[in-house]
This record gives sequence, structure tokens and C-alpha cells, in this order.
Amino acid sequence: MTTSPLSEMTEALIAVRDHRDREAFGRLFDHFGPRLKAMLIRSGQRDGAAEDIVQDVMLVVWRKAAQFDPHRAEASAWIYRIARNRQIDLIRRRPVPQPDLLEEPPGTDPDPAQILALAEETRHLRDALSRLSAEQRQALEQSYLEDLPHSRISQLTGLPIGTIKSRIRLGLERLRHELRDLQS
Amino acid sequence: MTPISHHITDDLLADYADGRLAQAFAVVVAAHISICDECRARVEAADTLGGLLLQDTDGVALASDRRDRVMAALDQPVHDPVPIGPSGIFPAAVMQILDGNPPRWRMLGGGIRQQILIDDRQASLRLLYIPPGRAVPEHGHQGMEMTLVLQGSFSDSAGRFGRGDVELAHDEINHQPIADPGEACICLAATDAPLRFNALIPRLLQPLFRI
Repeated sequence: MTTSPLSEMTEALIAVRDHRDREAFGRLFDHFGPRLKAMLIRSGQRDGAAEDIVQDVMLVVWRKAAQFDPHRAEASAWIYRIARNRQIDLIRRRPVPQPDLLEEPPGTDPDPAQILALAEETRHLRDALSRLSAEQRQALEQSYLEDLPHSRISQLTGLPIGTIKSRIRLGLERLRHELRDLQS
Repeated sequence: MTPISHHITDDLLADYADGRLAQAFAVVVAAHISICDECRARVEAADTLGGLLLQDTDGVALASDRRDRVMAALDQPVHDPVPIGPSGIFPAAVMQILDGNPPRWRMLGGGIRQQILIDDRQASLRLLYIPPGRAVPEHGHQGMEMTLVLQGSFSDSAGRFGRGDVELAHDEINHQPIADPGEACICLAATDAPLRFNALIPRLLQPLFRI
């Protein structure tokens, strides 16, 4: 048997999905709990509120694990989205409308080639991320982890709004170019 | 089926993912993503990046009892109602506003029908039913308009828009979409200009009489 292309956390999430594996859920909690808390604190939550939201998010992970599809996301991406939606719902006080769920017909076999391709693409993205300048990296982290509208970022850093927007875009563009180069 | 050729811009997809869009526009984006695999992939790719950044974050320790509390909560029964799903041409985000019922169309004249779904201080959203060959009514001259085709198609100076296509129009654009022959065109349209009920009918009819 070859080494699994799946990350340890994706494996754990699949065990939760398929076997309601509490021990695997514990591993997910130990890994993502503190990181989610850090993300929530960065976006302005107080310690106790951040922990309550972490708890909500992890319980959603447990209850909605059936919707996790490793062909389309690694565990980190799927959990990231759940946490973002939770944050946004709290701020907006009503749920953000969601796209229809993509459901595969029951009994569809996993497609290892597709899962492998996703893992590889994610690795390329990670490499590209590691080559960004500290400034670009910081702009991306602000945009993705701190949940501040552009105007707030602008206030905090004293930079004009256009600069922030173009920075984020440049960061993403560079990511995309790096990815394209790697693929050619 | 014709492939979707008019998509949501990257900026608007990011605004949607970060919860910055008014509800009316967010419904249109969610409905488009429901139909458009390409835009769904773009949103999910951005989540992959978010996931990597989350992964690289230094964690902040949780209170020592938090893990036990979460593990204990796993067995608690939850009373989540089963969410309303899509039905026919209508994605779930639309069916949820309709509360699972078919649209209750209101006649606007000229065979055109509408149902208003959202009308709040930020923006409004409605379903429009336009018979073949009729002009799609304009919804105001200010602000941004986002129109998603759910059934049939319409054409204007920007091209042809079929199921899943989105037309984004700003106030400076002077366009007059006409529903194509064949099937009636059903659209989901959001605008951030206020709905002007009084002026609506006469302004609607003007283009109709020109046809």
C-alpha cells in the first residue's frame, strides 16, 4: 500500500464522517481548536467569546461531517469556511445565503486521482505562499483571518484603501502565477 | 445546455465569502454558485488558501475544561430543522426565502410578472417572469443591478444570457435586455437602488410599447 496522499487531519475528518470516530474528533479538536481561537482573537473576539465560537464551530464539524468531500477540500479549508460563516452570521445577525449542497449519488466510489490532484495543488499553493514577501503575507493573513472590511484595515494601518485592495490582489495574483508556472 | 459564460467577478466573490454583500446580492451570488461549478471552484480555492493560513497560525491555548465540554456535547440531541432545498429551477437560497412554496407572481402588465423577495434598506431582490420577446423591466436608474437567469434567456448589447449567467449593470450602462424567443425568461434580480413602486408600471410599459 502506498502512503496516503491525505493530510492527517483530512484522514481524521473522514473517520469522523464515516465512523463517528470520537478519538479522531479529539485529534481535530486538539489541532484546530487553538488555531481557531487565535483566528477569532485576531478578528477582535474576547477570550471567552472566542472559546464559545470555537465550541460551536467544532460541534458543527461533528454534526455536518457527512457534507465533507475530500475531492474538493482538505479538512483545514472546510473547517476554515465553517468558522468564517459562523463569524459572519454573528456579525450580520442572520445567516449568509448558502449555495446548494453538491451531493454525489449514494454509492459513488472515491476517486483517488482527484484526491491526489487536490493534495498536490494544495502543496503547490503552500510553496507559493512560503515565497511571498512578509508584507504580502501579512496582507493575506489580514484578509483571510481577521475578517475586517477593507475600510477597517485601512484605518488600522493608515494606508489608503486602494493600496490595501491592490496588495491583496497582487498577493493573490502572484499566488496564481506561481501556481501556473509550477503547472507548465 | 449552453455553458455559463457570464460569471461573478473575483472582487464580488470575495465580498460574498467575507460577508460584505447586502443580503439581496448575497442570495444572487449563492444562487449563481449553485448553478456554476467554475465560481464554486473559485470560492473553494480561496478557502484552501484560508485553510493553509489557519493551519500556519500559532494557536492560543483553550481553557482546560473546554475539550471535555465539547466532547460531552457530541451526544446532545440537536433540533436543527431540515433546511429547505432547491426545487426545479430555483436554488435553495431562493426556495428558503419562498419558504418552500412556488412563487406567488404579481402581474405587472404586458405578461410580465414579479415577486419581491427582499426589500430592505440596503437592497432589494425579486423574481421576474418575462414572456418571450418582451423587455426585461429596469429597476431604477441608480446603483448596481445584478441579474441571474434561472430559466430561458435574454439578450442585450452585452450579449446573450442563459441559465446561470449573471449580468452586472451599473447606472451608467444603458441597456435594454429582451427575453429571447422560445421559453419565458425567469430572472433573479438584485438592485441597491430603492424600488420605486409608483413609477414602476409606466416606466415598465414604455419599452414594451416600443417593441
